[in-house]
Amino acid sequence: MTHRVHVRVIPRTGLLDPQGQAVEHALGALGFAGVSKVRIGKAIELAIEASSPRAAEDQVRRMCEQLLANPVTEDFVIEVERA
Amino acid sequence: MSRVAVVRFPGSNCETETLQAIERAGGAGVLLDYRETSLGGAEAVVLPGGFSYGDYLRSGAIARFAPVMQAIQAHAAAGGAVVGICNGFQMLCEAHLLPGALLRNAQQRFVSRPVDVRIERRTTVCTTAYVDGEIIRIPVAHGEGRYTADPAVLQELEVEGRVMMRYVRVPGSDADHNPNGSAADIAGICNAAGTVIGFMPHPERLADATLGSDAGHRIFSSLMQHLALGAAA
Repeated sequence: MTHRVHVRVIPRTGLLDPQGQAVEHALGALGFAGVSKVRIGKAIELAIEASSPRAAEDQVRRMCEQLLANPVTEDFVIEVERA
Repeated sequence: MSRVAVVRFPGSNCETETLQAIERAGGAGVLLDYRETSLGGAEAVVLPGGFSYGDYLRSGAIARFAPVMQAIQAHAAAGGAVVGICNGFQMLCEAHLLPGALLRNAQQRFVSRPVDVRIERRTTVCTTAYVDGEIIRIPVAHGEGRYTADPAVLQELEVEGRVMMRYVRVPGSDADHNPNGSAADIAGICNAAGTVIGFMPHPERLADATLGSDAGHRIFSSLMQHLALGAAA
């Protein structure tokens, strides 16, 4: 069965994220007060044939470890849509 | 004459200058397509600069899976010389042939200008022709050159003398010496044996005295010397 999967790839906490910093600064300049810890990453969507949501998640985790995220610099979060 | 393969990926753009720099240093440069599965008898491989696969996902992340990379992995594992320049350095990190990663420049801009780098290690396949600690001025041109690694890896690189090239401040220079916010001013690193090398600057762009300087030439003459010694041994 086909599962829709959402992957968020985020720069690892503690690593300098200049994009996040620049956007945080811009938000402040726009008048949005109290914004902090802005980090900018990637959102990846995919559909995958798998026997269960769990199986889909396992496969996508392997994809993240091998390609979608760089383990040196990025963390990832996987969400499998409920059918 | 030693054969050196320069691999062209979709989006490579420094392969011609790199081949010319190899020829000028007395080598036989061979352009190698990324779809090849062998090195065609080449004794060394250079992964040139550019934007392989449009830098999609992360610089070098897709190139790592090109067919030719398996042959390069095997060549490196057998002690063969592999040199990654700029995008090539990014590929070597993505392929885990070198540790760490190269992130977006700290100032968020593409940087294209000369930098001063110190040759921190002479005992590599491409730096023997320099004097220990010699400072050369060669160009960088990249958007993602901020070297990063876990603190333990950074320490290991320092302890083992594997930072082979470092950005340095030269008296009288007005530009910020570190062009990208790289950890410990690292411009290039190598494996323990000094046979797998990656660095961000472009020596091939300044390897001909006609251009006003040939500061990068000895990267290639060192490599030729290394291969000649290997052939004699």
